[in-house]
Amino acid sequence: MSKAYDIVIVGAGTAGLSAAIYAQRSGKSALVLEELSYGGQIINTPEVANYPGIAQISGFDFAQGLYDQATGLGAVVEFESVTKIENNADKKIVTTDSNTYEAGAVILATGAKNRPLGMAHEEEWIGSGISYCATCDGAFFKGKEVAVAGGGNTALEDAIFLSGYCSKVYLIHRRNELRGEKHLQEALRKKENVEFVLNVAMKELVGENGLSGVVVTDKETGADRTINVSGLFIAIGQMPNNGKFSDLVAIDDAGYIIAGEDCKTNAEGIFAAGDCRTKAVRQLTTAAADGAVAALAACAYLEKA
Amino acid sequence: MAVTTITSENFDQVVGQSDVPVLVDFWASWCGPCKMLSPIVDAVSENAEGFKVGKVNVDEEGDLAAQFNISSIPCLILFKDGKEANRSVGMIPKEKVLAFAKS
Repeated sequence: MSKAYDIVIVGAGTAGLSAAIYAQRSGKSALVLEELSYGGQIINTPEVANYPGIAQISGFDFAQGLYDQATGLGAVVEFESVTKIENNADKKIVTTDSNTYEAGAVILATGAKNRPLGMAHEEEWIGSGISYCATCDGAFFKGKEVAVAGGGNTALEDAIFLSGYCSKVYLIHRRNELRGEKHLQEALRKKENVEFVLNVAMKELVGENGLSGVVVTDKETGADRTINVSGLFIAIGQMPNNGKFSDLVAIDDAGYIIAGEDCKTNAEGIFAAGDCRTKAVRQLTTAAADGAVAALAACAYLEKA
Repeated sequence: MAVTTITSENFDQVVGQSDVPVLVDFWASWCGPCKMLSPIVDAVSENAEGFKVGKVNVDEEGDLAAQFNISSIPCLILFKDGKEANRSVGMIPKEKVLAFAKS
């Protein structure tokens, strides 16, 4: 017989683990299913400084704290990949690569993953000059010239971090204005070894058996420019990963689960929390907030059932 | 089997002269995904059959990291007969680590 839980949560990132904390504290049993590792995207961040009440913490320590708190309250975390969810009237059936579970309610907290540029050689050269994690790989480019692609907070943080190791950092962005927070922009503009390459389109990744440069096209003049770098850090945002739930809940054109601030999807008893749902602001605090909202909505749904 | 800490000094003995494949985890303490992968590698090592498991701290063993052109971590390299046979970059779940060790 399959194991039954009040609430099954898909994804052990900030939203999923926050949901587990609220579910357990509401007296419901919570199972969190995670295919990779707990913590989600935040484990790549060296220093979190915008979480209210915590002036400074590493992303790893934050993730560890969330995990310890959720499991300490009795939540179960299993490392399995969800393959299918059936939304029956009386209960939901969640199938993974190794088990089947019954749930009263389901919270989808599948998050988002790094968006690739989608260029030739990009995947092939991961580990040979292409990286999506500046804090993991920056130190290997000590004294070398590198580029960061993107204009949001992650790209700016990456460029600031890399400027401490690398002889030169090019910040390549497709628009004239950067999207990231003002204080990050100002911090970056003070770095003497950072050059802004704005309003350009990425044209080509150059190299033999690994990256040796990038070619960008100026959007205004149409002129190509080759920038010789040994590393390219890609931080152009995230993309959702909800394809396998397209029969279960409504998903928008970009792949996000359609749900409002109440975290309710169009399917009864199925909720969406965190970066995986349609929303304007995708931050650590909003992921945690979604976890609380979704868990309490799921509890209310279970009470009514 | 316990995980062996691999250094420049013992690399030849532990990896070069091994008669079974050796799975080596290149990691660093400041890398979040490395800290997530590390306990998975430990668990794989405990039940390892037909292969050995080692770890290289890239901060302490910069020469080894350079020798194997490590530029992204976590990085798993599978050595057979002392030579690199396969490489995996980034965090992967336990089943994939196991499959990689037997690749």
